[in-house]
Amino acid sequence: MNVVDIPPSLDYRSLDRLFQVAGSVNSDGKVLLDARHLRWVDPMGMIGLLGVGQNLRDRTGEAPILHLPDGGDVPGYMARMGFHDRGEGIFASIRGGAPRRGARPSDVLLEITPISENRDVHDLVERVQNRAGIILSRTLQYPPSAVVHFSVILSEVCGNILEHAEAPGWVAAQTYQWSKRLGRQVLVVAVGDLGRGFRGSLTPEYAGRYGDRWSDATALEAAFIHGLTRFPDQGRGHGIQQMRKQVRRWNGVMAVRSGTARIADVPEWEDLPPLEDGLPPFPGAWITLLLPASPEAVRSGEGGR
Amino acid sequence: MTGARDQAQLDAFRVDAHAVDVRDLMSRTVADLYSHLVTRPTGRAVRLAIESQLEELERPALSLVDFSSVAILDYSCADEVVAKLILVLRSGGVGGRAWVLFRGIREFHRDPIEAVLERHRIQAVLQGEGGASELMGPADPLDRRLWSRVEAEGRVEASRIPGTLMEAPDDEERLHRLLDHRLVYRHPHKGDILALSALSRELAP
Repeated sequence: MNVVDIPPSLDYRSLDRLFQVAGSVNSDGKVLLDARHLRWVDPMGMIGLLGVGQNLRDRTGEAPILHLPDGGDVPGYMARMGFHDRGEGIFASIRGGAPRRGARPSDVLLEITPISENRDVHDLVERVQNRAGIILSRTLQYPPSAVVHFSVILSEVCGNILEHAEAPGWVAAQTYQWSKRLGRQVLVVAVGDLGRGFRGSLTPEYAGRYGDRWSDATALEAAFIHGLTRFPDQGRGHGIQQMRKQVRRWNGVMAVRSGTARIADVPEWEDLPPLEDGLPPFPGAWITLLLPASPEAVRSGEGGR
Repeated sequence: MTGARDQAQLDAFRVDAHAVDVRDLMSRTVADLYSHLVTRPTGRAVRLAIESQLEELERPALSLVDFSSVAILDYSCADEVVAKLILVLRSGGVGGRAWVLFRGIREFHRDPIEAVLERHRIQAVLQGEGGASELMGPADPLDRRLWSRVEAEGRVEASRIPGTLMEAPDDEERLHRLLDHRLVYRHPHKGDILALSALSRELAP
């Protein structure tokens, strides 16, 4: 049995560590993902764990076992985010603290939702309206129009999975209080898939033009900065550009990890590098959006609690 | 009054008004549970349905594409339903005999529509909920002024075109460009120039 130690904190920053330990697993034999020391997990941590489970299942031919903490808040929180439901079929079993089923806290914006076809995106946009409206306006104190812009972002980012990944993916979102780092509430949106990634999508069209410089990093730059897509159609490539524009308006972060690279738009309060290369390889594309409460929310005490 | 309207209908010379409620069309072509115009496949299905309806019409048509019941419009859908539809019409698609006026445009539709028009470097005629028309998309300022003069006049009889519309030496060329891009309409027999908003009023039942 291959035992893989899962880091105690799983979020968009520790995704690389998770992918690294997953990549070190031999491709034969049963795998146990030991997450008994998991103390903190955000939406990207959860869908990253699903991605690792699926990837191991595909590589080894056997569904891995996941062992969550035996007590504490983490298993229950993951269950409320729909992790256990989504993990069925990926993990042979999910051990650990028994999740409390049926209860959903009012502050969950979006449980882990699989995206594999067009109607999933429609369902998602329909479903998120009310809760997004409340969280964006009350917690983050964004203007009323933000719910429309947020829905458009969700639609575009999930549409990217359908259009480019050619593999199913997941999306999840939740708000957190970042007292130490930012002193305000932050909405974390995570989207991931195990598809062919940006480099895989763009290689047939652009690898020749870039020559030796072609890599995961240059592929990300091509899509993220220059709006290139594999489609010759001039109307393609809007999605990422428009998402970047909207996230900048909200002073947020947009980070895309694909292959061995990550590219990000970062405001002054976040210290992610704008471009990283040489990261542990992992299939697909993993997109994180961080949307902080507006300064008005902090002043009024709402988004800063 | 009725006589004047009859005359106007006659003047429009066999152009039909082709009303499209986008949400209604989406419910019939994609799925009746959806209320938002999102994702490229949905946008493509709606555009192809509009094109198919226009192709079935026996006469030239002004397509009145109504967004008033659409709450959310994403960029991919705007690209298909607005930009690609215009490109099809401009390139002579659906028999080269259709014009399009986008109606019921609300504030939150503007960003995606403006972005796709900008990306393709094309223009569209839009009407907001108040009924005022505007030319959206990147355009030469003098083209835009000429379009505004047509819009302000509504209908410019052929005999009045030189005095009313031709202010600059190359305005005739500009007018041809607006016609080629289907941003204004020329009566095929009389030669009158009509704003698309005026044409839609004259075709109203």
